[in-house]
Amino acid sequence: MKIADAVELAGRNLRESALRNTLTTTGIAVGVASLVAMVSLGAGLQQLANRRLTRSGLFNTIFVFRQQPRERGFGGRRETAGRSESPAEAQTPRRPLDEDGRLELQHVAGVAEVYPDIRFQGEIRAGSKAEITTMGSIPPSARDNDAFETLKGSFFSSPGAAEVLLRREFAESLSDHPESLIGQEVTLRYAEREAIKPGQSAEEYDAGTVGFGFSVVPRERALKVVGIMDQEPFGGLRGNSDALLPTGLAIALHAAQPAGLRELVGGGNGQHEQYASLVVRVANPSAVQQVEDQIKQKGFGAFSLLDATKSLRRFFVILDGFLGIFGSIALAVAALGIVNTLVMSVLERRREIGIMKAIGASDADVRRLFFAEAAAMGLAGGALGLALGWVIGFFLNTGTNIYLRNHQYPTEQIWSVPWWLIGFAIVFSVLVSLASGLYPAGRAARLDPVQALRYD
Amino acid sequence: MGLQMPNQSLTNPAAEAADAVSTPAINADEVTRHYTMGGTVVRALDGVSLSVAAQEFVCLLGSSGSGKSTLLNVIAGLDRPTSGRITIFGQELAGLSSEALARHRREVMGIVFQSFNLVPSMSVEENVELPLRFAEVERAERNGRTRQALERVGLTHRLGHRPSELSGGEQQRVAIARALVNRPRLLLADEPTGNLDSRTGEGILDLLQTFNRELGMTIVMVTHERSLAERYADRMLFLADGKLSAG
Ligand SMILES: Nc1ncnc2c1ncn2[C@@H]1O[C@H](COP(=O)(O)OP(=O)(O)O)[C@@H](O)[C@H]1O
Ligand SMILES: [Mg+2]
Repeated sequence: MKIADAVELAGRNLRESALRNTLTTTGIAVGVASLVAMVSLGAGLQQLANRRLTRSGLFNTIFVFRQQPRERGFGGRRETAGRSESPAEAQTPRRPLDEDGRLELQHVAGVAEVYPDIRFQGEIRAGSKAEITTMGSIPPSARDNDAFETLKGSFFSSPGAAEVLLRREFAESLSDHPESLIGQEVTLRYAEREAIKPGQSAEEYDAGTVGFGFSVVPRERALKVVGIMDQEPFGGLRGNSDALLPTGLAIALHAAQPAGLRELVGGGNGQHEQYASLVVRVANPSAVQQVEDQIKQKGFGAFSLLDATKSLRRFFVILDGFLGIFGSIALAVAALGIVNTLVMSVLERRREIGIMKAIGASDADVRRLFFAEAAAMGLAGGALGLALGWVIGFFLNTGTNIYLRNHQYPTEQIWSVPWWLIGFAIVFSVLVSLASGLYPAGRAARLDPVQALRYD
Repeated sequence: MGLQMPNQSLTNPAAEAADAVSTPAINADEVTRHYTMGGTVVRALDGVSLSVAAQEFVCLLGSSGSGKSTLLNVIAGLDRPTSGRITIFGQELAGLSSEALARHRREVMGIVFQSFNLVPSMSVEENVELPLRFAEVERAERNGRTRQALERVGLTHRLGHRPSELSGGEQQRVAIARALVNRPRLLLADEPTGNLDSRTGEGILDLLQTFNRELGMTIVMVTHERSLAERYADRMLFLADGKLSAG
């Protein structure tokens, strides 16, 4: 018998006991739906975790600093943090962290952005209150950082805007109603570093002059408070600061940084302005290690967190496995339903099977007929289950988001149907159904036609 | 009319012309069929030897339980004998796999039963078409052949009906059309009139006689009505306790 004929006959047989077959098919659909819902929940959670990790800014960032002079011990090289330094690292000369260095890092493959991490001491005055604190800086690209999810007010309007973001605790020390500061003007007092022009000697300079390569001049700058933050970006990993400026503005201020003083103490002349540290943002988190190695080879010190996405992926393989198994339990129960339905059908249609064999059907024809019925139920159940699973996932997601919203949390997509799941669910459902049909179809094929036709 | 004898032969084509006359349709040699039930052996067939010539109309008579159906089933290849040889148009059945037996059944034989054995969920037309599906006949050809077979039995007006909507006589005509649709050389009928009143039964037998005479179809029919057998058969065989007897 041709496959097309088997399918056609199977279709009419299924319609013949429509109620029973519909119930069985619904059983498969529920099984597939639970599998689809579970797997898409796993996929959604994985995407959510990936998104959060990326937005924390911790795993695509390399902190670059000047390499410290190496201490030489008895045995030569010092082991740092458990790993030995590569020969290249040991031999390359130390590089100053200046603008040339920044531009060079900018051109390393895989680097999205390199910006200086500028921090300095300053005093912020709002009305009658003034506080001295550490100022930090942040580039426009940090806008997507998860710390700003709960930002009150807004992010900087431009990379060089005279604007400031305040940490809530700090804002509270300036005002009893911190959020009322948003839109207000505050005054920043800081020390500007001013290079001594060639030919000028220290003696010829003002009273406040320090006798090295630069002088420090007190300055004031008016800033508009645009936002109040509850959290600091990068999880405070870069050191705490109570007030953040746009990086462009922070560069333009030429504020004297603690690192500059260290440089002077260390014997430099301070003539040449250097950055305290640079932040390298890598386009793809998995390239962090490779970029970090290249930076080190250029003679810079570098530091990054381990690629957490790797262990995260491993975790989710396990989670997906578990969710898949839970989802499959329902499908296994549904498979028993198919076995039951088909065995019943074989028993009921004993005579019909006998007739078919008497008029020329082979064992293979009979088997094929029952397989076609199983496959048809699997196909219908798979398609129905996919739709049902999608609906379940949708409501799960919507329900969770309503809950999150009611509790003042930002909403999250916790559910995602990967494209491969669509094909997989249907193919899997058909395969499970065919496997379930194995026994009943075999039984039908082996049926003795003489016995089947003997009794009326 | 449109129905022709099948051209295919299981033996080689050159010998076919001679086969048509000389090769017997059925040859059974010392056929036994034993059933073992709870330690006792039932000899449903006990050393049956017979030969049926091509184009013969043979009636098989015997009381209930004498082994008539069992004999028909082993000839049809639905059942395998415990011992002995059965040859149909020169093809020995014992050597055939169950797959080959099924093909043999749908290419060489048609079977009709006492209880009609139509598929209740299928229409008249679908029932008659069913053997053609197993024979993998193209759809386009199937329709024509189904109509032709139903025309032969005079039932073209009830194509869409289900068997339960037909009278007994009509159902048996559908069953006969189904047996005819593959153009068999051998028709086996197990008490085809057993469930019909005598007038309807005669109509069925007239039909079989036409096939025998016009189409040269070999017919073996089981019955227990001797009068009918005497009227229609070329030859009568008597079976008692699994053995052929002189009557
Ligand atoms: N499957 C079977 N198991 C046991 N005995 C059987 C079986 N089939 C037939 N018989 C026995 O074989 C004998 C012949 O049966 P059957 O060929 O059906 O007789 P008939 O068709 O002449 O009435 C009977 O005695 C019957 O009981
Ligand atoms: Mg009988």
